[in-house]
Amino acid sequence: MAENKGVMVCGEVIEGKLAAITKELLGGGRVLADALGEELSVVLMGSGIGDLASEAIAIGADKVYVVDDPLLADYQTDSCLAVMEKVVKQVAPNILLLGQTAIGRDLAPRLAFRLDTAVAMDSVELSIDPDSKLMLATRPVYGGNARAIYACEETRPQMATVRAKAMEPRERDDSRKGESMSIDSGLDPSMIRTKVVDRVKEEVAGVKLEDADVVICGGRGIGSAEAFQELHALTKLLGGAVGATRPPCDDGWVPSSTQVGLTGKIVGPTLYIGVALSGSSQHMAGCSGAKNIVAINKDPEANIFKEARFGVVGDYKKVLPAFTQKVKELLSG
Amino acid sequence: MPNMVVCVKQIADPEAPVGSFKVDEAAKKVIPASGVSQVVSPFDEQAVEAALRVKDAHGGKITVVSLGKDFVGDVIKKPLAMGADELVLLEDPAFENGDSRSTAYALAMAIKKIGDYDLIFCGRQAADWDAGQVGSGIAEFLGIPSVTVAKKVELVDGKVKVERVVTDGYDVIEVSPPVLITVSNELGEPRYPKLKGIMSAKTKPVLTWTAQDIGADSSQLGSAGARAKLLKLFVPVKEARCEIIEGENPEDAAVKLALKLREVKLI
Repeated sequence: MAENKGVMVCGEVIEGKLAAITKELLGGGRVLADALGEELSVVLMGSGIGDLASEAIAIGADKVYVVDDPLLADYQTDSCLAVMEKVVKQVAPNILLLGQTAIGRDLAPRLAFRLDTAVAMDSVELSIDPDSKLMLATRPVYGGNARAIYACEETRPQMATVRAKAMEPRERDDSRKGESMSIDSGLDPSMIRTKVVDRVKEEVAGVKLEDADVVICGGRGIGSAEAFQELHALTKLLGGAVGATRPPCDDGWVPSSTQVGLTGKIVGPTLYIGVALSGSSQHMAGCSGAKNIVAINKDPEANIFKEARFGVVGDYKKVLPAFTQKVKELLSG
Repeated sequence: MPNMVVCVKQIADPEAPVGSFKVDEAAKKVIPASGVSQVVSPFDEQAVEAALRVKDAHGGKITVVSLGKDFVGDVIKKPLAMGADELVLLEDPAFENGDSRSTAYALAMAIKKIGDYDLIFCGRQAADWDAGQVGSGIAEFLGIPSVTVAKKVELVDGKVKVERVVTDGYDVIEVSPPVLITVSNELGEPRYPKLKGIMSAKTKPVLTWTAQDIGADSSQLGSAGARAKLLKLFVPVKEARCEIIEGENPEDAAVKLALKLREVKLI
């Protein structure tokens, strides 16, 4: 255990680019590495991933491990698990960070159990305890009603997955030095027991929810698929994206890919407007990165007013058209 | 016909009002609020539903396994009333105060004892600790493949076809049984038990197994098998600082809200 050193990030590459979560993990991982006086490394897995090492170094990495193999073209649990097990055993990091993404939430638990260690899932804060030098991982539990701080005292690496937008990426600094090396995947096709036979994209047109600077979310109180169109009218004016709480998705009013919350998308807009939604902890977990929350709800006791900066108590059917109209005037004037 | 196992957890109703939620910081435990009922964790009910849909199409047997304590009969038997065939309760002080790892180990040992399994279903995460580790952990202990966050599960020509939810849509994954699948809400609403189901649930087998019954290594169970240490549990303090925009009527308030957002340069 004593020989485990360094902070390692399990990177994600999307369409030839470093994923946003990987940049965030490098930012957060750098802080941990500096607190420990250890190195920060990143593992990039994929097929034909090209030169991303210089960018990874410019935003914080000291070492980049590239694992390039056609068998890594699609994410599959078995292949990425085997590669990460091999890399971790070879490099022996002290800390291993993954994103709380479709990949990280699938990979991290199996990897942790295979390495006989523990992982703190969906962490929103990581720090190094100044005395014990252990990583402390803070994660929301009970749907966001409480927070728990975990440590992994005996086993290595100490692992965490990190929620999107919980950490700040660093500014690119091309004068930073680092090294890149490739590691053989060690994979053969017989190790991969699943097969991806199709990928179906359900992306909604326009700005991506997770990238949008303005997000308008509707809840159960919106009432119907048709009524959701009113929210679209507003996002057209403000250039944002429409999201939803879980009930409108479960009822089929909107695509499930628009769900914002603990088990949906994590958004981080400058302006978030919650319309006819109560603001359950599970939904608000997806808005933790929102900088300004505005609430429109007829129930003055709704939890959303505890989270909001500005609010209007009233029936959205009356408030929203007047609001949209006024916004239109202001923007054209 | 497939043999299926579904793992479920009994928890305090996560839909209970936020105001009733309290923790005992010294004990690092949630204080059970009075009047809040116990339920099967919602994603686990969807896991039961996923198994029932396979059973509807192909027949087979569904065994439900639950690790916990203070089981409430009507709550934990709900999967039987929905249509599952058998219930195994894992109840033993040795299982308590564990982490995801020790829980996954105990469930995996129980599933080994059940023996013949083609499909194992779990909810994507329990609505109390929200970790989402136990399903993958069971697969790891059993050495079988896993597919997480499924919205549809079908048996086609002896293979399992799973639609797995990803950020921008879903992947269709094919895998040979045995396989462990975690289920998400995109699967759709679980069925309500019918009166006939509730009546027949009363006569379905309910077994209770201890650590010894499943041949578990006690050093892997409960706190002894845990690798994660909970240092602190607390309710974050939120300062309510919402500025309520008032108006003569809702339309007037809406106009004032727009002006306010303009004033602070948010629009």
